[in-house]
Amino acid sequence: MRDRGIVFIMKNAVVSALLALVLFSLMIGIRTESGPSGQLTYWTRFGELAAAVGAVFVGSIIVETLKRWTGSIGPVELPETVRRAFAMLGRLLTPALLLFALLVPVIFYNQRYLLDLGILVLTYVMLGWGLNIVVGLAGLLDLGYVAFYAVGAYSYALLAQSGLPFPYFTEASPYIAINFLQPGPWAFWVLLPVSGLLAAFWGMLLGFPVLRLRGDYLAIVTLAFGEIIRLVILNWQELTGGPNGISGIPRPTVFGIPLTPGEDGFAALIGVPFSPTHRLVFLFYIILALALLTNWVTIRLRRLPIGRAWEAMREDEVACRALGINITTTKLSAFAIGAMFGGFAGAFFATRQGFISPESFTFQESALVLAIVVLGGMGSQLGVALAAIAMIGGFELFRGLDQFRMLVFGGVMVLLMIWRPRGLVSHRAPTVFLQKQTEIASSLVKEGRG
Amino acid sequence: MDYFAQQLINGVVLGSIYGLIAIGYTMVYGIVGMINFAHGDIFMIGGFIALITFLILVSMGLSAVPLILLVMLIVSMAVTAVYGWVVERIAYRPLRQSFRLAPLLSAIGMSFVLMNFSQVSQGAQVKPIPPLITGGYTLRDSGNFAVQLSNVQIVVMVTTIVLLAIFSYIVSRTRFGRDMRACEQDQTMAALLGVNVDRTISMTFVIGASLAAVAGMMYLLYYGLVDFFMGFVAGIKAFTAAVLGGIGSLPGAMLGGLAIGLIETFWSAYFSIEYKDVAAFSILIVVLIFMPTGLLGRPEIEKV
Repeated sequence: MRDRGIVFIMKNAVVSALLALVLFSLMIGIRTESGPSGQLTYWTRFGELAAAVGAVFVGSIIVETLKRWTGSIGPVELPETVRRAFAMLGRLLTPALLLFALLVPVIFYNQRYLLDLGILVLTYVMLGWGLNIVVGLAGLLDLGYVAFYAVGAYSYALLAQSGLPFPYFTEASPYIAINFLQPGPWAFWVLLPVSGLLAAFWGMLLGFPVLRLRGDYLAIVTLAFGEIIRLVILNWQELTGGPNGISGIPRPTVFGIPLTPGEDGFAALIGVPFSPTHRLVFLFYIILALALLTNWVTIRLRRLPIGRAWEAMREDEVACRALGINITTTKLSAFAIGAMFGGFAGAFFATRQGFISPESFTFQESALVLAIVVLGGMGSQLGVALAAIAMIGGFELFRGLDQFRMLVFGGVMVLLMIWRPRGLVSHRAPTVFLQKQTEIASSLVKEGRG
Repeated sequence: MDYFAQQLINGVVLGSIYGLIAIGYTMVYGIVGMINFAHGDIFMIGGFIALITFLILVSMGLSAVPLILLVMLIVSMAVTAVYGWVVERIAYRPLRQSFRLAPLLSAIGMSFVLMNFSQVSQGAQVKPIPPLITGGYTLRDSGNFAVQLSNVQIVVMVTTIVLLAIFSYIVSRTRFGRDMRACEQDQTMAALLGVNVDRTISMTFVIGASLAAVAGMMYLLYYGLVDFFMGFVAGIKAFTAAVLGGIGSLPGAMLGGLAIGLIETFWSAYFSIEYKDVAAFSILIVVLIFMPTGLLGRPEIEKV
């Protein structure tokens, strides 16, 4: 039996290696490059080819051995005390994470890189929670979420440059003229809600045409919508600057007090020496607050009729309609609220970077956010946060291997789907229960057809 | 009028390429009910394989153009078919019984893998080749504008028609075609009647991938270049074509491909070239709103 196993494993490995040879012989074994005169030249890379095929051979042996090994053990039955300890840890995880997030700027005050990374992770946590409303709660698969992120970012950038349009009446001929109110140092705080509202408006705009669509069709239309927004931003040069983007976007202020080294700066006002880290810490707390706001709103909405309608719609749209739930408003509100948080995150992104261009809003971003939501377990708030930390943190680990980053990202996405199609945190806490709140396995939760 | 005729020719050629890709989408959707998001990248891989084969053949001293083309076609179809098979085996088969989002995400992951694999292995620059097929005919010359039909365009159209004939023969007349249609209708029943469902699905991916490889090679011949990113937009447009024609319907895919090719060409010719992709995507949205089943699709019956 054991011998047969080894023969099987070896046979499998040889077949995989042969397949790899076919796949890689041309793509890796030969490298093409345009020469100085525009003529294509090529050279061979048999060393790399051998390495790649060898890696597949060894990898196949390892994977098959692991499969045999784990297969023979079977599911492990944990003793009662251990299980209780795990449950306890699970309950403590959320407050511990929250406390840690609050203390990050204190602990890592001198490490700008880690603070930057923390801001990035929290941005994706917020995007993940925002998309979770659409995908996890309402069950509407959205592949174009980055469009709302872009709308938020560009709304903020453009309005901060022009000022808020404000119509007023005149005695002269057109009778209505438009003035532009400059919010000045308050720009970020005034325009943040405006960006969110504009993004919500675009969410509704996307919502209307897709009301009747479901499943994969919906996914592809949202994808097309996201691409349309990006292409329009890219090509409408007079408004958006096209591929050059918009620079000089105003930085956030501490409610009107700028974070600058000057006399009227925040540092001088509270009497400490100026440091550029102050801005990072401030940005960190802004995005933390925004993310927590998203989370809080989601948790509250789940207990309101609209949130219950979303989850009911995810489970069975036909039954919902039969029970008199207005599917139109339910879907539109999910799109609008999800988009609104995307818009907030976009405005934050613009103010943090000081520069935006269409390159930041490609389909890859949408896929990344969606991957975070699905890996987090679709609907689990804690899971989304953990998945965002794991994904963005993992992404940073591969920063040195810049060109391999997306390759690894794609591979990890495939492997995680095969390993845990239901995500990392694969159970749900229902908001309605009879006697006692119990968690249910997420395989019982429908993923929604809409 | 002459300008119109010229755009018509260009549009049909472009549409043939989209149609060949769209068939892969529609077949896979018909049989396993998922969007094979990596299909556009399979098309791109096909283009690259054809390019590399071309370089090797030329450096071996081969100069007979028809022979070069034939070898390119065969190698590219064969190798890309293996890519299609491996992608299905690795990323989709373990998830066949899983919930609906899992294969879609796995496909998106696979698309990133293929795209960045070719970027890493072949570099990010655009790879141009000298025109292989030159010459053509002038159909009409009214003095200030001549309607041209180049030999490349003829090759693309003829190859498409020949392949479609072979392909529809396979689907409608052979044992494999019957198996495929049976699996499309009811996999469990087909399995009970002795159809090897796993193999049939694998073969579907293989055929889809080899048709995409042909499209990739035609793209290379027609535009004279490939790059690692071309699969994404072409893939979405081909999917649009498949949806426009009615997903699951094979003649529909070709029809949709032609429609998208014509729309895109005429839009570029008469309106603005920058917004041609916007036009194609807007068509997708409009079609899905007013005709969710496409031109030749069957309506989806909702069971309660």
